[in-house]
Amino acid sequence: MSEQRKAVALISGGLDSLLAARVIQDQGIHVEGINFFTGFCVEGHTHAIRKRDQNKEKRNNALWVAEQLGIKLHIEDIVDEYKQVLTNPKHGYGANLNPCLDCKVFMVRKAHEWIERKGFDFIITGEVIGQRPMSQRKETMPIVADESGANDLLLRPLCAKNLPETLPEREGWVDRQQLFDFSGRSRKPQMALAASLGFEDYAQPAGGCCFLTDEQYAVKLKDLWQARGSRDYEMDDIMLLKVGRHLRPSQAYKVIIAREEGESNFLQGYRKGFPHIKTVSHGGPLALIDGEVTEQDVQLIGRLVARYSQGRNADEVVLAYTDLAGETRELRVDPMKPHEIPKDWLI
Amino acid sequence: MKRHQIDCRRLLCPMPVIKVQNAIEDLPAGTLVEAICTDPGALNDIPAWSRINGHRLVETRTDDGEYIVVVEVADE
Ligand code: SF4
Repeated sequence: MSEQRKAVALISGGLDSLLAARVIQDQGIHVEGINFFTGFCVEGHTHAIRKRDQNKEKRNNALWVAEQLGIKLHIEDIVDEYKQVLTNPKHGYGANLNPCLDCKVFMVRKAHEWIERKGFDFIITGEVIGQRPMSQRKETMPIVADESGANDLLLRPLCAKNLPETLPEREGWVDRQQLFDFSGRSRKPQMALAASLGFEDYAQPAGGCCFLTDEQYAVKLKDLWQARGSRDYEMDDIMLLKVGRHLRPSQAYKVIIAREEGESNFLQGYRKGFPHIKTVSHGGPLALIDGEVTEQDVQLIGRLVARYSQGRNADEVVLAYTDLAGETRELRVDPMKPHEIPKDWLI
Repeated sequence: MKRHQIDCRRLLCPMPVIKVQNAIEDLPAGTLVEAICTDPGALNDIPAWSRINGHRLVETRTDDGEYIVVVEVADE
């Protein structure tokens, strides 16, 4: 018997990578999955934050896909290394701050390093020519293969027939004839293949595997970079961008105000790292201050936060302000009127 | 039996899973790994990851706002 060949499949949690992996498994290849956590991945986090989302099914799609396939899944934390990809993408950004092509190259490169370390033979992805305007085009396919260093060890089972033969095909580890020639934006071929393989309950590819494709999120991230004068970020920054109302009354600071209880609870976890304000006399949200503030700023922020509390129509609202050193003192303010909050404060 | 505690407080999924996974890589079979988490998603994700990778889920419990998941490391 010939040696069993081993492939690692990039598993995003969407349908395409699920199908690609199954098609190769069905050819007798041992497949394991790899999933990359950039810090911007949508699933996972958000459900923990917003109260209204807490009843939604808390499913990590990549884990779910691996379970459907009966394969092992390795989740790689690439948060730190990803900064380079995001802040300086050679191939630029897509519609928002999504550096999809650089991101693909990076992930395939990491997968290539992984197979070399683990003694696997090749890499598979669910890419389809023409599926995505930026990263999945006829021209980008060789770019990903070349720049990642994976070259002909990278096999895309769903569109392999439209691409030059790869090593696993040439060597006869997989039968090219049983691979596919999908192309274009239509999802129909994938859905038909899913049905024929008996998959029903897969995650719908709503275009959102990461926050970087989200317009609102991209605006907030750009604002952060601009205010700091550099494109750097920490894990806390990118988490906080997912939560609350962000208002910037000045270049020196912004205010993050929880929109509901779930967000207030989430922000609680960050209190130690930020000056913050909590309404005392009325029900109200927790607000964090990101940046440097003067005494005058604190008064203004107090009035702003009061506006979002249940005391918004009261003559006076009492709040507690805690500075970075942990010292708390009382603020008494008149809540801002709606017209006092310029529209462009809201990021 | 050896117990190995992992503090995953404040970490959001999938970070708790990644921490458990990376810890298990270096631990001998039979070790009990106890992850203390604050993201309720961990109650689903760590067991799912364990099932997939062949490790045994020993228990999950909720304790004063913290979610605790215990996994026994399997043989490679
Ligand atoms: S959507 Fe996000 S994770 Fe997906 S390829 Fe683009 S940048 Fe990478």
